[in-house]
Amino acid sequence: MSTAIDPTMTATREIEFRDALREAMSQEMRRDPRVFLLGEEVAHYNGAYKVSKGMLDEFGPRRIIDTPISESGFAGMAIGAAMMGLRPIVEFMSWSFSLVAADPILNNAPKMLYMSGGQFGCPIVFRGNDGAGGQLGSTHSWCVEGLYSNVPGLKLAIPSCPEDAKGLMTTAIRDDDPVFFLESERVLGMKGHVPEGDYLIPFGQAKVRREGTDCTLVSFGRPVNFCLDAAAELAKEGISCEVLDMRTIRPLDIDSIVRSVRKTNYCVVVDQSWSFGSPGSEVASQVHQHCFDDLDNFVHRVHSADVPTPYAFNLEQEYLPNARRICEAVRSCLYRA
Amino acid sequence: MSMLSEPSTSRPFDVHGKPGERTSAPAATGRRDPVDPALCRQWLRDMLLIREFENRCMQQYQDKKIGGFCHIYIGQEAIAVGCTAAVRPNDPIVTAYRDHGHALARGMAARHCMAEMFGKIGGCAKGKGGSMHMFDREHHLYGGHGIVGAQIPLGVGLAFACKYMDEVIDGRPNSRVALAFLGDGALNQGSMHEAMNLAGLLDLPCVIICENNGYSMGTSIHRGTTMGHDIISKAIGYGIDGYVVDGMDVLSVYHDMSAIVEKCRRESRPAFVDMRCYRFKGHSMSDPRKYRTPEEEHQYASDDPIGRLKLHLEERGELSEAALKEMQKEIRDEVREAIAWSESSPEPPMSELYHDVFVEPHGPYNGTSLPQMLQGKDLR
Repeated sequence: MSTAIDPTMTATREIEFRDALREAMSQEMRRDPRVFLLGEEVAHYNGAYKVSKGMLDEFGPRRIIDTPISESGFAGMAIGAAMMGLRPIVEFMSWSFSLVAADPILNNAPKMLYMSGGQFGCPIVFRGNDGAGGQLGSTHSWCVEGLYSNVPGLKLAIPSCPEDAKGLMTTAIRDDDPVFFLESERVLGMKGHVPEGDYLIPFGQAKVRREGTDCTLVSFGRPVNFCLDAAAELAKEGISCEVLDMRTIRPLDIDSIVRSVRKTNYCVVVDQSWSFGSPGSEVASQVHQHCFDDLDNFVHRVHSADVPTPYAFNLEQEYLPNARRICEAVRSCLYRA
Repeated sequence: MSMLSEPSTSRPFDVHGKPGERTSAPAATGRRDPVDPALCRQWLRDMLLIREFENRCMQQYQDKKIGGFCHIYIGQEAIAVGCTAAVRPNDPIVTAYRDHGHALARGMAARHCMAEMFGKIGGCAKGKGGSMHMFDREHHLYGGHGIVGAQIPLGVGLAFACKYMDEVIDGRPNSRVALAFLGDGALNQGSMHEAMNLAGLLDLPCVIICENNGYSMGTSIHRGTTMGHDIISKAIGYGIDGYVVDGMDVLSVYHDMSAIVEKCRRESRPAFVDMRCYRFKGHSMSDPRKYRTPEEEHQYASDDPIGRLKLHLEERGELSEAALKEMQKEIRDEVREAIAWSESSPEPPMSELYHDVFVEPHGPYNGTSLPQMLQGKDLR
């Protein structure tokens, strides 16, 4: 459970996920002049997804910087600036586009501190839309957590709701290490209660989104919401699921997972990336290691289908780790199929 | 600028220009005020130190004291030394993997540079970077980068930070210029073109210096680069002023780079330099150099930048034979000492394996410590 500020103790109001991201960035930019935002269409266009709407008006073009479509160039430039002590926020319109910037974001940012023997860190946030769900076809539907969580030296945050979007983003900007911040176009319009003022959620602390006794559902990012849908459906069948929202993949709060699995004795991991060599397989491996004697079945996993993301609406819905597939996995895991 | 002249019968090889084709670019025209002879002698010493260091590096590599890849700077010493002399100590620089010369010219002690290659705790990065990754925070050296062209956007980012810190945070005019070095092998990487576009677009005070030695590993510039005889044209396409500088002559490098750097500082604009040079040794230690002839190598070796500076000083009576001998002896001793020190420096302790991965705790926290050369120094 989170030890962060209890939102019931501070003023909250219902805002969208994108507003929560903007609020965190704007508050940090007011607080620290070293923080700036750059990316494609972040300034004059007000953000391709309106996350940075109005920020140009408040902070001006020196701190809200439109870049050309040149991911490798502006990611590298931002890393150079971070090495000198600035704290850039780099928006990738889609994490799918970060692949052309793989060298700077994987070879420079997470390795700089180590390769320089502790001399040059890289306090930078890369953020943008991750994952499928909008009929964008395969090239634009990457779940990069499968690729990038493999790399040491970076932190990977992946909020599922507006409150976490603000709390994790604030923490990401204040963090001294490179943070990969994975949003989802499909939840940017989601509304939720979000605390006003400074709000930080520490990295590496999972949140129990729903308490339960029969099966632990472990997830992160948008699929946490699929898990909540599935848990509501399964409750009608008398199956009580505990839904754990990891909030960060690196660091991974394995302690919270173990605690829950020791209670339920069953575990299903729901991960929107492909199954082979994924965060889901890592979680399963660690649960098997730590809960070997507690498990009454092997850890079941629900991933996106192991195919390039299809365009057709019905195929894409089936491709995703949707509530129906999660329900099937839980029933199977609990020998109730 | 001798490098711009038509090939003559006495100099039949010209790795930069195609016969019959002249470059469209102007030569840089730094003012030729006389340089203090003491400063010239210091440059000679710096160049001789790099030369001796690199010669001993090759021995140490052959003796298997140095692992991995090792790229030797011999022949290009005038560039690191002349460029360093043309900037202020707090102007940040970043370079590629042929980086020992830049580290030494910037002021890193030979022992910390050598120990890094030996993989010892006394190395500039505690033995975690190696030959291709020399970092020195005190001397504003931001690496040593192993992937061809990767350092150019970083260099543009250093310039961005310089300008942002001055103009946005402190509300004063920009005061610093960043230097980003690359080899001609990086000319065709997307990162170079993206970096130039951003530098031009955002008016960033960055001098992008192509150490054009005519070869991208074993591929001559004309086999790998369009307009290889006139690479300035690439900068012009990005609205960036380009200059050709004779990189085999430290006085030319110093005069031209001083003018270019000060213009960039004053106008807060980028520049591109075609720094023409020749690498006397192979691309790396494993290069048999079958792609070029002994005759070509001989011609360029006779144009040795160290010999040219020596001649300049001797012609003016500013360097006695005794002074040169003394200088050479000091340098030999300095490099010998660097090797002995590196040999006696301990290997990094196993705890270092997990140090420096993160600044902030993440999982089991193993901490961060600075390399020996920076310990006890106030870096702010």
